[in-house]
Amino acid sequence: MKRALALVAPFALIAVMLLGWEAACRLLAVPSYFLPPPSEVWAAFVANRTLLFASAWNTLAMALWALAAAAAVATPLALVTGLSPTLERAIAPLAVTLQVTPIVAVAPLVVIWAGLEHPERAITTLAAVVAFFPIFSGALTGLRSADPDLERLFDLYGSSRLQRLVRLRAPSAAPFFIEGVKVAAGQAVIGAVVAEFVAGSGGAQGLAWRILEAGNRLRTAEMFAALLALALLGAALYGVLLLVERKALAAWRGRD
Amino acid sequence: MSEPLVRLDEAQVAYRGRLALGPLSLDLSPGALTAVVGPSGGGKSTTLRLLAGLEAPSAGRAVRRLARGETAVVFQAPTLAPWASAEANVALPLELAGMGRTEARTRARAALARVGLAGAERLRPAQLSGGMAMRASLARALITAPKLLLLDEPFAALDEITRRALADDVLRLWAETRPAVVFVTHNVEEAVYMAERVVVLTRGPGRIAATFHTPGPLPRPPGFRADAAFRQTVEQVSAALESAVRESAA
Repeated sequence: MKRALALVAPFALIAVMLLGWEAACRLLAVPSYFLPPPSEVWAAFVANRTLLFASAWNTLAMALWALAAAAAVATPLALVTGLSPTLERAIAPLAVTLQVTPIVAVAPLVVIWAGLEHPERAITTLAAVVAFFPIFSGALTGLRSADPDLERLFDLYGSSRLQRLVRLRAPSAAPFFIEGVKVAAGQAVIGAVVAEFVAGSGGAQGLAWRILEAGNRLRTAEMFAALLALALLGAALYGVLLLVERKALAAWRGRD
Repeated sequence: MSEPLVRLDEAQVAYRGRLALGPLSLDLSPGALTAVVGPSGGGKSTTLRLLAGLEAPSAGRAVRRLARGETAVVFQAPTLAPWASAEANVALPLELAGMGRTEARTRARAALARVGLAGAERLRPAQLSGGMAMRASLARALITAPKLLLLDEPFAALDEITRRALADDVLRLWAETRPAVVFVTHNVEEAVYMAERVVVLTRGPGRIAATFHTPGPLPRPPGFRADAAFRQTVEQVSAALESAVRESAA
């Protein structure tokens, strides 16, 4: 009974909120360009489903390419950085600077560099910049997380730096790396959306463009429908990554 | 008397200018069983790291006549890599020394069998009980046939029955290849049981307060814990440990 309640609770809360929203819109006669009721949002979502799905796919594809690119750069960089404290001191400030610089501020530059006719390249690049830091810092933290007694054991047996990296530090880093990728995936989607807003062109046909376009035409229900698609995309991605993380950690610990 | 494997000569260890250990002089002869007891924070683990060569003295000398791979350490926790099987964990020292995987794994299986873990080769550390994990850790330490085996409170986290079984196992394994053993513990009875010589350290900075020689044969015969001479030595060492704690506190 208690478990069933716990399962139903979040849906019940959403249902109550939607009902309140619907009722408020109707009773107060709110104009739908200002705040459409959920029923209208749903109607817009269904009517535009093909377009929204295609746009969501475009956003997801850009975010995933960005994630792959970020991982491809951040992982070897973290491994090399982990080998040498001097290198780490040299690289860390740069990585932090990259992280604290607002992506919105960098976007116009990247849009110019990528070529105005290729907004998808600029968007992917910007999303990759955002996704870089969680992966890099996760991997680096992980590389330093090895059991100190195991480190002593490697000292004792006179292991080489490479042996220590491959046989101790890299496997110790795996859970941190996976966590970093999970965080980065969410960031990459945000990055892809923000970058598309800044690029301000329909060339990439992502979800941000759907929101911009509907907003320009004052089709507020369609804006909400695009937001709903974005939320579903984010939740789906998070769910998949959570599953991957659980499986990977179970394999790492030897418990299936 | 053969040359000592390790000689600490007035060795001291200081961290950030603060003396943590010493001055301390100690010889380890080949094949000898030495136990080190002392209060917490008395530098027992630091002593072990000096003997292992993992740390250099900040004053005095530590002379080690041991090549790489001739020293092995068993830590307080089993210190096994969670992502690797028991067999892979035990084979690690050999593989780090450059031995081929097939031969290292074969030897690891034999080493696991010696500590009573035949059949657990493919298990991961998370699937081993505390006692089994400690045995695997012991197998890993013994796989290089070390001349010096250092044990840093290896049974601290185990229940009494497992502790006693492991104590006898360690002595039995010692009798097979006779490495020099240093056994660090805060348990006086365990120290007297496990060693022919018990060194009592003072509270930090640790110095040697007293040294005792224990009676009876090694490995210990069944029922040895009830032996009158054994009990008497335990009492003597306990008294020395107590006064060492009190003196350094005063």
